[in-house]
Amino acid sequence: MSRMHITLTVNGEERELLAEPRELLIHVLREKLGLTGPHIGCDTSHCGACTVEMNGRSVKACTVFAAQADGAEITTIEGLGSPDGLHVLQQAFREHHGLQCGFCTPGMITRAHRLLQENPDPTEEEVRFGMAGNLCRCTGYQNIVKAILAAAEEMNTVKEAAE
Amino acid sequence: MIPASFEYHRPTNLEAALATLKEFGDDARVLAGGHSLIPMMKLRMAAVEHLVDLQAIADLKGIAIDGGTVRIGAMTTQHELIAHQGLAQAAPIIREAALQIADPQVRYMGTVGGNVANGDPGNDMPGLMQCLDATYTLAGPDGTREVKARAFYEAAYMTAREDDEILTAIGFEATGGGWAYEKQKRKIGDYATAAAAVILQKDGGVCSGASIAMTNLADTPVWAAEAGEALVGTACEPDAVGRAVEAMLARIEPTEDNRGPVEFKRHVAGVILRRAIERAWSRA
Repeated sequence: MSRMHITLTVNGEERELLAEPRELLIHVLREKLGLTGPHIGCDTSHCGACTVEMNGRSVKACTVFAAQADGAEITTIEGLGSPDGLHVLQQAFREHHGLQCGFCTPGMITRAHRLLQENPDPTEEEVRFGMAGNLCRCTGYQNIVKAILAAAEEMNTVKEAAE
Repeated sequence: MIPASFEYHRPTNLEAALATLKEFGDDARVLAGGHSLIPMMKLRMAAVEHLVDLQAIADLKGIAIDGGTVRIGAMTTQHELIAHQGLAQAAPIIREAALQIADPQVRYMGTVGGNVANGDPGNDMPGLMQCLDATYTLAGPDGTREVKARAFYEAAYMTAREDDEILTAIGFEATGGGWAYEKQKRKIGDYATAAAAVILQKDGGVCSGASIAMTNLADTPVWAAEAGEALVGTACEPDAVGRAVEAMLARIEPTEDNRGPVEFKRHVAGVILRRAIERAWSRA
């Protein structure tokens, strides 16, 4: 089968590539674009380790064909922060011990980022419901929830200060 | 897991999509949100030579509410169903059910059309649409036709839709009354061990109308007229609820799988339906 010409805007930068239609978005991001933040965990759309943002929606990149994403805007964990300038959520996960092995963390933070865009001041229950598509086998979730609530508070304080 | 090769098509209108289906016949399948089809393709349990992605067809999206008449475009996502204020007013049972489907990421992609058209007995929307007495619009090479949700499901993955047809919209008349969508599942993202959709009308303390359907307890959804009739004319007291549950249990045909043996599933079905009726009645 022939390869397709695919254009993606990834973390604000336009990227062009050739891919077979059957290639999954997660493989294109990791192997063709070198963005290894989003991980492949279960590869069956359960665990959420591959979560990225596509056109303002959290998606599991293991269950989206690159062809479907042609023309889309994608944000990965690499687009949220950097080692020198951590995103508020990354900082909160570090401070509140929201990770141990770290495998689920990029998906967790990318998903939490979208959740807070849609609901900037969530309750603990809303955080748990909104994060239900991301599995963690280390933390027991308590500190992940704490980190997200702390990040929400921090982001709201910064926003209020700016207004 | 990498699926077998296929050609990708992204038509921008329904006519082009139908023409592609006609051209490639059995070798073509439509892609909605993909969260049933793509996993099956990755497991190589589904082979598709021509994948027709419906995402760019604007006519298939959106929710229109005109008085009590609701029309939902097939490509409307579960997330959009949940977020729609008008729909939450007209038919709150849809929001209640959609919130219990899969997880947030899947609900951003998963569509109501894909959920009802796939014919998977585990999907929640088919039973719900039978409860609502919804009508599906199917577009094919010779025009469109309408099929009642209650007549659409023939067996697991077998429906009244022909291979060259696309399910474009779902319509129903919102009836008001009390509602409940109750679902027992093992974990987030799982299909139901048993789920019940119940809508009840109340008039002067008495049930004046009832519609009851259950999910994942047979190879099709089960809408049981006699279960509803057992409640009509009663005050939904425990005896009447018991008769409705018995009428439904006589209709379901669960099979043993990793969600449990038949006896367990029949037990759960009874518990879930009783809860759904009680909650719907409390809201009627």
